[in-house]
Amino acid sequence: MNYRMIKRTLGWILLFEALFFVVPVITAICFREWRELWHILLAMSACGVLGWICAFVGKVENKSLYAKEGIVIVASSWIVISLFGALPFCTSGWIPNYIDALFETVSGFTTTGASILDGATIDKFPKCLLMWRGFTHWVGGMGVLVFLMAFLNLSGGRNINLLKAESPGPSVSKLVPKVRSTAGILYIIYAALTVLMFVMLVLGGDPKMDVFDSVTTAFATAGTGGFTNHSDGFSGYTSYSQIVVTVFMVLFSINFASYFFILRGRFKEAFNTEVRVFLGIVVAAILLITINLQLTSGYTYTTGEALKHSAFSVASLISTTGFATEDFNLWPAFAKTILMLVMFVGACAGSTGGGIKVSRVVILFKGATHEMKRMLHPNQVKKISMDKKVVEHEVVRGVNAYIGAYILIFILSLLLVSFDCADLVTDFTAVSATFNNIGPGLGLVGPSGNFAFYSWWTKLVFIFDMLAGRLEIFPMLLLFAPATWRK
Amino acid sequence: MNVIIVGCGRVGATLAEKLNDDGNDVTIIDKSAEKVKTITSRCDIMGIVGNGATHTVQREAGIDRADLLIAVTNSDELNLLCCMIAKKEGDCKTIARVKNPEYSAETPYFKDELGLAMVINPEYATAEEIARVLRFPSAIKIEPFVKGSVELIKFRLPVGCKIAGMSVKEVVMKLKCDVLVCTIERGEETYIANGDFVFAEKDVVSIIATVKNAKDFFEKINYKGNSIKDALVVGGGVITHYLCGILERSSISLKIVEKDLSVCEELSNRWDKVVVIHGDAGDQELLREEGVSNAGAFVALSSTDEENILLSMFAKSEGCNKLITKIKRTDYDSVINRLDLDTTVCPKSITADIILRYVRARKNAKGSHVRTMYNIVQDKVEASEFIVEENSPIVGKPLCELKFKSEVLIASITRGNTVIVPRGNDIIQAGDAVVIVSGQLGLQDVADVLK
Repeated sequence: MNYRMIKRTLGWILLFEALFFVVPVITAICFREWRELWHILLAMSACGVLGWICAFVGKVENKSLYAKEGIVIVASSWIVISLFGALPFCTSGWIPNYIDALFETVSGFTTTGASILDGATIDKFPKCLLMWRGFTHWVGGMGVLVFLMAFLNLSGGRNINLLKAESPGPSVSKLVPKVRSTAGILYIIYAALTVLMFVMLVLGGDPKMDVFDSVTTAFATAGTGGFTNHSDGFSGYTSYSQIVVTVFMVLFSINFASYFFILRGRFKEAFNTEVRVFLGIVVAAILLITINLQLTSGYTYTTGEALKHSAFSVASLISTTGFATEDFNLWPAFAKTILMLVMFVGACAGSTGGGIKVSRVVILFKGATHEMKRMLHPNQVKKISMDKKVVEHEVVRGVNAYIGAYILIFILSLLLVSFDCADLVTDFTAVSATFNNIGPGLGLVGPSGNFAFYSWWTKLVFIFDMLAGRLEIFPMLLLFAPATWRK
Repeated sequence: MNVIIVGCGRVGATLAEKLNDDGNDVTIIDKSAEKVKTITSRCDIMGIVGNGATHTVQREAGIDRADLLIAVTNSDELNLLCCMIAKKEGDCKTIARVKNPEYSAETPYFKDELGLAMVINPEYATAEEIARVLRFPSAIKIEPFVKGSVELIKFRLPVGCKIAGMSVKEVVMKLKCDVLVCTIERGEETYIANGDFVFAEKDVVSIIATVKNAKDFFEKINYKGNSIKDALVVGGGVITHYLCGILERSSISLKIVEKDLSVCEELSNRWDKVVVIHGDAGDQELLREEGVSNAGAFVALSSTDEENILLSMFAKSEGCNKLITKIKRTDYDSVINRLDLDTTVCPKSITADIILRYVRARKNAKGSHVRTMYNIVQDKVEASEFIVEENSPIVGKPLCELKFKSEVLIASITRGNTVIVPRGNDIIQAGDAVVIVSGQLGLQDVADVLK
């Protein structure tokens, strides 16, 4: 294990976090929130000093990063960045309990959007800290190390190990030969889409959607996070804003490689199986919920409203963002079940969204049908293929292992969480909402509820789940596996 | 540069690694997912699994943005097809490895009609390398320029050498030799030779000359170890075939030992002067009988590495001084080096080196007219070959009237088939191939050498 290189990379991560703090600092100055400003500056200097020591003190001779170091760096840097990111919430006294502050920060970086703040607190929360919450979504969406790689020339060809460990999806491929250029291209697309969304929100003429709200909403949507600045979520905004957010939630949950291919004019590759299946699921889910809302008595939506709300909710949950215009907790059971299903499916691989990922679901389905055919013709030779390309056995194996670990962690978390005596629906959806990086669940943790009532122990379980969900389970598991640390 | 490599064998992988180290954007295509995975986890390059001779795969690899496509799969036909498709799909230079002698005889057609930038035959390149070593066995390095008509030869002046203590000017005047001294390495220092430079013993000297003049020069300075008259070659494969052709008109006579009678007959029918022995080279008595101990050089070109190594060691123990051993696998280089086998040649490494040199020259020469470029002394002195254009400022004036920068040397001028070693009164004409030695790296154009 190359400890020095790990230490140095973590140092760089901290230096970048110090840089990230510039955003809330500027906000604090704009809104004259001097008290909070000092606390943010304190956290910023802590990151800066410690980062500088880790990155520059001592010599690093061996610069090689193998798969093992890649995994340890990715997992530990997400923990470190969350530990320091929680500081201003805690020291400024707005979230006095450090575990709560950590929960909020991890929820931010992992683009979960689950909050321990109740509505009353959110409405009077200082702007600079709201901005920091939103900005953690944006940074966490595309990945901290991808950001690092885009700007730093980390030597050696094995950087792909870092990209692989941090990017979601069953198999990660580069867009261009160099890792650094690939990371740069991803961030440029990401930033361009975010800016486009911000401009569309600002120009929408929504009285409640001021510049500040537009920025944080754009950050939260881009990262498919889900923090909002208001206790009433998204219901206070105009239909225009809601539709813009719906469209962008879908856009941000499509594989970013698709945008690259569109820019290069390679449309066939852009609209690959995964994207088509994803869009199919979105459309089907929206239609089913709309019809369900229309046919069930007791709901007073017009067809247009039903369509709008169901589109918003489906986009919000399948992209694992977690915004809400309506309290879908009160919807009929069929609609809620559909929403729960899309929660698990999640976004496309290579996007900022969470969940199991559409490509994995597709491979699972193909694998299952393939196995069934083999039962009929035991000697049949056939490989699973996607987009006319053979899916390597290794990828299929990886997907199966992922699903196995996913279910195992899900059940274990559910068991650990159940000590807190909430009802089963709440517990189940709370684990699902954190593990899939969505945010709100159903029951007590529904769109109008929050996670504050859980004990500190359960919150730690959720923190682990959020990190494991964002990093696709294995880096977090391996970080705590003895075999990783054995010589 | 954007480079696409088709075929991830030893040559492809070596090229990918080296080109990536040089800072190029490399994409590699191979049918085997495993090979692609291995190389992409080791270097920062993009890998694509598929058949490189299909336009869909080439498009996926970004052929429209590529500057160069190198086809080094195992199949000649596939390589040629790759290059032709690449030419059609994108505007890039193409290099193909072609092993089959019937195809490589068609090289001019491939270049002119199919637009390939380079066709490389590993066996022929190896034979050329062997021929160069046989001509100047004690040269440290020999590099061909202007399609092999001029060579750059690097050698060490022995102790007690005649020209030690003489200046460059004196040597040229007294010996009446048409060679051009380029650089002299003494200890850590490298000098670009001017007329007044004085040679010393143990200097490493680089000269540029035609094959014949270089030979004259070495004879006149009494440079020993330059006297190979005959060579004993084991194995009658393709390389041997090429070697016979290259050495046909030289004074070196070849004796070939080959097991297969039909191959023997074919060789002796094709090459009159060559002595072909039918027999097993593993038979030590046979080798002794054919005079392995007195042979000027022993060249082991059989098909297996182990046999070649053992044969060379046997020849060495019998007292043969110059050994050339063909080795296919380079994995055990460090072990083989310890065996003290003198010169070893590896067709794949030679292929990779030649392609690499071409790419480096092109990269250095984006928008300029460098044809070949060669590092005489790593990172200090370069020799580059240019084609002079009509409106170039160096055309039409005697060299002594042109004002050159310091550390610049016009090393040779090739006009048609004649090679001129430039002196003050010579005039460069448009269309000449000029070799320039310079301490200033990365020359873009001939005009860059003027003040």
